[in-house]
Amino acid sequence: MYPDYLSESLQAVERTRPGRLELAMSGQPVYPPMNADERKDVLSKYHPDFTPGAKRPVRVGPNRGEDITTEVADILEAHSMIEPKLMDIHLREPDYETDLLIIGGGGAGCWAAITAARNGMKSLIATKLRMGDANTMMSEGGMQAAVSPTDSPTRHYLDAIGGGHFENKPELVRVLTEDAPEVVRELENLGVIWDKMGDGSMQVLHGGGTSRKRMVSCRDYIGAIIMRTLMDEVKNHPDMISLREFEPAVELILDDKGRCAGAVLYDLDTEQFLTVRAKATIISTGGFGRLHIRGFATTNHYGATGDGLVMAYRAGANLKFMDSVQYHPTGAVFPEQIAGFLITEKIRGAGGQPLNKFGELFVWPREPRDVESAAIIRECSSDRNNGVDTFAGRSGVWLDSPLIDMIHGAGYTRHQFPGMCRQFDRFGIDIVKQPMLVYPSLHYQNGGIEINERCETSIPGLFVAGEASGGVHGRNRLMGNSVLDYNVFGRRAGRHASEYAKSATLGRLNVDHVRTHAEELVREGIDTDLVSPLILPSYTPEDVKIQQLARLGNVPARHSMLRSRFTPGERKTHL
Amino acid sequence: MESDNRPRQEEGKRQEEGKRQRVRANMVNVFIMGKRHVVPEHATIMRAIEYAGHQIIRGAGCREGFCGACGTLYRLPGDYKLHTGLACTTLVKEGMSLTQIPAVPMEKAIYDVEKLRPDVNTILEVYPVAARCVACNTCSKACPQQLQVMDYVQAGLRGDIALVADLSFDCVACGLCALRCPAEIIPHEIGILSKRLFGRHLRKESRELDERIREVRAGKFDAEYDELMVMGKDSLNKLYYGRDMEP
Repeated sequence: MYPDYLSESLQAVERTRPGRLELAMSGQPVYPPMNADERKDVLSKYHPDFTPGAKRPVRVGPNRGEDITTEVADILEAHSMIEPKLMDIHLREPDYETDLLIIGGGGAGCWAAITAARNGMKSLIATKLRMGDANTMMSEGGMQAAVSPTDSPTRHYLDAIGGGHFENKPELVRVLTEDAPEVVRELENLGVIWDKMGDGSMQVLHGGGTSRKRMVSCRDYIGAIIMRTLMDEVKNHPDMISLREFEPAVELILDDKGRCAGAVLYDLDTEQFLTVRAKATIISTGGFGRLHIRGFATTNHYGATGDGLVMAYRAGANLKFMDSVQYHPTGAVFPEQIAGFLITEKIRGAGGQPLNKFGELFVWPREPRDVESAAIIRECSSDRNNGVDTFAGRSGVWLDSPLIDMIHGAGYTRHQFPGMCRQFDRFGIDIVKQPMLVYPSLHYQNGGIEINERCETSIPGLFVAGEASGGVHGRNRLMGNSVLDYNVFGRRAGRHASEYAKSATLGRLNVDHVRTHAEELVREGIDTDLVSPLILPSYTPEDVKIQQLARLGNVPARHSMLRSRFTPGERKTHL
Repeated sequence: MESDNRPRQEEGKRQEEGKRQRVRANMVNVFIMGKRHVVPEHATIMRAIEYAGHQIIRGAGCREGFCGACGTLYRLPGDYKLHTGLACTTLVKEGMSLTQIPAVPMEKAIYDVEKLRPDVNTILEVYPVAARCVACNTCSKACPQQLQVMDYVQAGLRGDIALVADLSFDCVACGLCALRCPAEIIPHEIGILSKRLFGRHLRKESRELDERIREVRAGKFDAEYDELMVMGKDSLNKLYYGRDMEP
């Protein structure tokens, strides 16, 4: 239930609704889309990437001297969790041996394991929490795939590269868009239930930045459906795929020729460090939302701390586009308990409109994400002051969902958005009748470890797929292209890593690069108490943290999480 | 003894008052695995556990109600019922006594979806335990998604795979139904099997999708791709901003 103080603004939304509905039904854009100059203007003035302090030059590693998102630069310049000389015996006698080591059990990792099994290669999935505890699980709206007769893969290419401001790596965008129809079929063959029309054709909707209806969906549970299907399939191959849960990787292992040869895992239950020798290694660790960049709340899962970036970077892999961050235009603002939670873009794809406190449109609802987010931030900024303020100290704009049933017919919202309805029903808000209050929320790591179309990195034997990779989305990803990304590149990583592993030989295993990194920190005069990968964020109140850190001597590694400086903004002000 | 305790109690009250001021919220007492903690009243169970100082390792995943990692059992004062909920989306209440379930012991059947047939008996063949259902509806009452779990288990017994798929669509596989089931059925695994069977064998085929896959394989778009991939930023810019929009 909305509190009384919001009723005046809610009434304004209702007052303007008939006129906005009429406009929506006319088939014309409900608000003028921005041209190139307008996009540039709003981004440079209001996007969080361009606020002072958002980036700084990184002082160590392959991208030394380049501007990188500050919170990322901080974890790249942090200490390793391991003492290399204590690892020697375990490098000689590894705890696990496998063809492929897959780090991260989300969508990309599961696809890689399934594809490897089909190619006759055994894999070990090592993951931080449970298999499927990943951003994959949480995607709601849909996946882009040019399957409609009005559309084409090349049209998809143009939309994606335009959304990324023409900086995406062309060969990556090509395979992303070209593999998409086959991915739809492959997922269906594994048992994913797509939303379909009566004749069996795929239901397609618009998303931000699409010029053709291209969003295929599973109600608003696409991630949960795909992830559980892939997990079930992984578990159906116990002879080919082994699984280690609650054992995140913390450092890569190289051999004496500089090839990737596995990783050091850290058992979260027993706090042991374990070693894996693998002919090829795939990083599918996902993104970094839990770094709470610029103090933003996030839509991401608990373990999204950018571990893959840290490991690969220390081992010498190059990063790409790590100066840009994606803020999803519509994270929840009210009620406070779900602040930052994802409100799917499919709401706008189905006709939902963002409105200011006067119930007025101020941006075309389907701009690319960075532009849409910046426009919402502008509306709420002191320059315009058109945001709706909550007593919890947040500001947001309305997302008018009642329009959806008016456009598509009664019952459409409840059938197509069961997850969204449930999220708000809990708090007595019926989104079929009332709008949601939203503000941008930290959502996606646009850049990452640079790959080519075979998912190879600058380190032989190291492959990367999914959100951890960089290049495919440029500096801005479009809606539905990340679901597509982990499907396309997860399969590719599995295939190409299998090919590589078939003929790979390994020399002597070492973690000398960890020692080199430590020396580099000293040489650059970097003084930090931060240990990375962070593994998990800490949401312990500061005073409790201080009491926990009073322990004398050898602080157990788990407490590296406690040392996390990235106390999220949400904690500082409210619980 | 009483007099010895009093200063500590006073101190405890002062600390609670301090916490209340810090978060500017009313505080409630909750019992986390039996131990009392004072937490803000508008906290979810998950945030209350963290507020108390725990680093959750098992029992948190997506934190938004999709992954089912945070199944929790709790009781409330003056209420005989053993409640179930997801820690990430359930609010604390005064006097709540709770414990998270770190993992639910589970056995998943091994099968090949490609080789299974979507027959009336398939579900019973893969999960014979389903036949033990006594229709007590405890599973539905335990479901944090408010799904009609018993209805889909019963639909499974009748071999109505499409109905199981539909009714179990929003399942987050937290396993709370399986823990509460007196017949020891694993409903959510039946749901996953049925959804896969439906998607694989009972779907309506999309001819457009077949056609598009054929076109890609035949190289229909190769020339256009080759052209786009070498195009300079200016030409791409012109093409992009000039493109037409499907209404």
